[in-house]
Amino acid sequence: MILRAEDRVAVWGITGRQASFWTERMIAYGTCVVGGINPARPGTSHLGLPVWGRAAEAERFDVALLFVPPAAVREATLDALSARPRTVIILAEHVPLHDMMIVHVAARRAGVRIIGANTAGLVTPGAAFAGIMPAFNDRIFRPGRVGVVSRSGSLGALVCLNLVRAGYGQSAFIGVGGDTLPGTTSRDALEALEADPRTAAAVLLGEIGGGMEQEAAAFVRGMSKPVVAFIAGAAAPPGKRMGHAGAIIGAAGEGYAAKRQALEAAGAIVVATPGELPAALHDKGI
Amino acid sequence: MNLTEHEGKAVLAAAGIAVPRGRVVTSAGETADAASAGPVVVKAQVPTGKRGKAGGVRFAATPAEAAAAASALLGSSIGGHPVRAVLVEQRLPIVRELYVAVTIDPATKGPVVLLSAEGGIDVEDAAARGALRRLSIDILDGFSIAQATGLIAGLDLDARAAEVLVRLYDAWRRSDAELLEINPLAVLPDGALVAADAKLVVDDASLGRQSLKPAISPHATPAETRAAALGLNFHQLDGTVGVLANGAGLTMATLDMVRHFGGAAANFLEIGGDAYTQAKPALELVLALPGIRSLVVNFCGAYARTDVMAGGVVEAWRALSPTIPVFFSIHGTGEDEAVALVREQLGIEPFDRAEDAVKAAVEAAR
Repeated sequence: MILRAEDRVAVWGITGRQASFWTERMIAYGTCVVGGINPARPGTSHLGLPVWGRAAEAERFDVALLFVPPAAVREATLDALSARPRTVIILAEHVPLHDMMIVHVAARRAGVRIIGANTAGLVTPGAAFAGIMPAFNDRIFRPGRVGVVSRSGSLGALVCLNLVRAGYGQSAFIGVGGDTLPGTTSRDALEALEADPRTAAAVLLGEIGGGMEQEAAAFVRGMSKPVVAFIAGAAAPPGKRMGHAGAIIGAAGEGYAAKRQALEAAGAIVVATPGELPAALHDKGI
Repeated sequence: MNLTEHEGKAVLAAAGIAVPRGRVVTSAGETADAASAGPVVVKAQVPTGKRGKAGGVRFAATPAEAAAAASALLGSSIGGHPVRAVLVEQRLPIVRELYVAVTIDPATKGPVVLLSAEGGIDVEDAAARGALRRLSIDILDGFSIAQATGLIAGLDLDARAAEVLVRLYDAWRRSDAELLEINPLAVLPDGALVAADAKLVVDDASLGRQSLKPAISPHATPAETRAAALGLNFHQLDGTVGVLANGAGLTMATLDMVRHFGGAAANFLEIGGDAYTQAKPALELVLALPGIRSLVVNFCGAYARTDVMAGGVVEAWRALSPTIPVFFSIHGTGEDEAVALVREQLGIEPFDRAEDAVKAAVEAAR
């Protein structure tokens, strides 16, 4: 879940405009991109990399990064899974839920981790990034010891900026995504940070909706590393979908208060605005 | 998206589940006609739950009673939804009511089939009393008659019930549903099973391939209706501080900051993802909101390029020449160009910290 410089990345939909833009930046940053997949253009090359028609034809890769549109996610993921990579990252938003359920079962059977859907991807400052985060902007990302877990790319970027400004760098950014059925949860990401020797503390960026923050809180309780958190949506009106499919207060316990309470009871500091996170880390002795 | 009862029943009928004989009508005259064969139920067709409690279901013994019920319902409003049609159905000789549904279990990230021998009631109550049976399904394997037979064991139901469950699951799969529920599933004197009601919620992300058009909420304001047509995530709120941000998380956080500093936001509006090129129409929507006294623009670009978004804001600002003050915070992809654009074209210096921009906007709105 924490991306390393040696991880080999294959990009699905590499020939698209956005995929090209971000793949060029990934390569420039040092990410080991081995090539891309486009079923319509096998045997060609793009950005100086080979383009294959499907996973079976590709060079070995550890991470499949999917730049494909939502309707193509199911087929692209099943193809990627056939090569048994370690991780499949799904960037697309609005992937049909039934497709995501199929993706999750297939990934479980293949023993492959899914990150997303609707994630901004992974960043390990100074090493590699995969996705659509401005890893190359050194006002936002610098190598350091704070791991950041976020349901949102834009808020994640703002918080990483605040950390850098306060003198903190990041050991890893893990975008778990805004989908209703995320393949990797905030709890999974915290487990990875807890086990990561380069991480000293974790910043958790949650949202209203679903039960992911409560699940994370149960893990925070037993963590050796300090956790500080911000939960977006305190001011959101109930019953309205706040942009992310997962961000709607439906059932009891999905609102702000219950999430905040669960995390605080587990020992995390929960702040009122994202700008207060660096001070909270300082309070935790980081 | 919530569908109406008769739309849900059409899906059930297509899957081979029996539904009562009935007709959808839009006038009292047609209702009397549809009720000529005997006692009926007249039901408001609105895409919302708790319809019975809101008086949306009426029983009628004669065509005249049915016409009166339809007159009372048509043109009224239930849960904010205008009643434009009623479903007139034969009354069923029900001897027993069941609850059956298929939905998505976030814990397993897969389908779950739900069954209760106590139908016609709130499913939450049945669950609380332990009267709800659940079976998680592997979506690649599907749901078999053998599994359905196991699920109904001990409830004094025959093979017909297992058959209905499997057909319900198939209908749920085919319609890309988040929820397909029959409550109650009526057991008739001869043991036949008939869907007396239907609730269908189709996944919004699947509306395209289901050939469904997204519904505009009857609660939508004119601004929300315009935003929906533009494909923007927008909610009108009742505060005075307009908010324009990119990405769902950052937009929510900006609303939270407005409240934290003692203000009230006038809207939720995010132009992240592929909507980041829509800054101009988005801003036009916000500036037209009644009661807006200041605006905060909070961009932190990852995928969304702040130079493109700022360009849209500058363009809209010049076209509309609004009189309210605007406060910016801009960071991330394209920030140097974006900051220069705002500085040069609008003569405004963006705040470094998002919190400071929000605080200034809250103070200006006082």
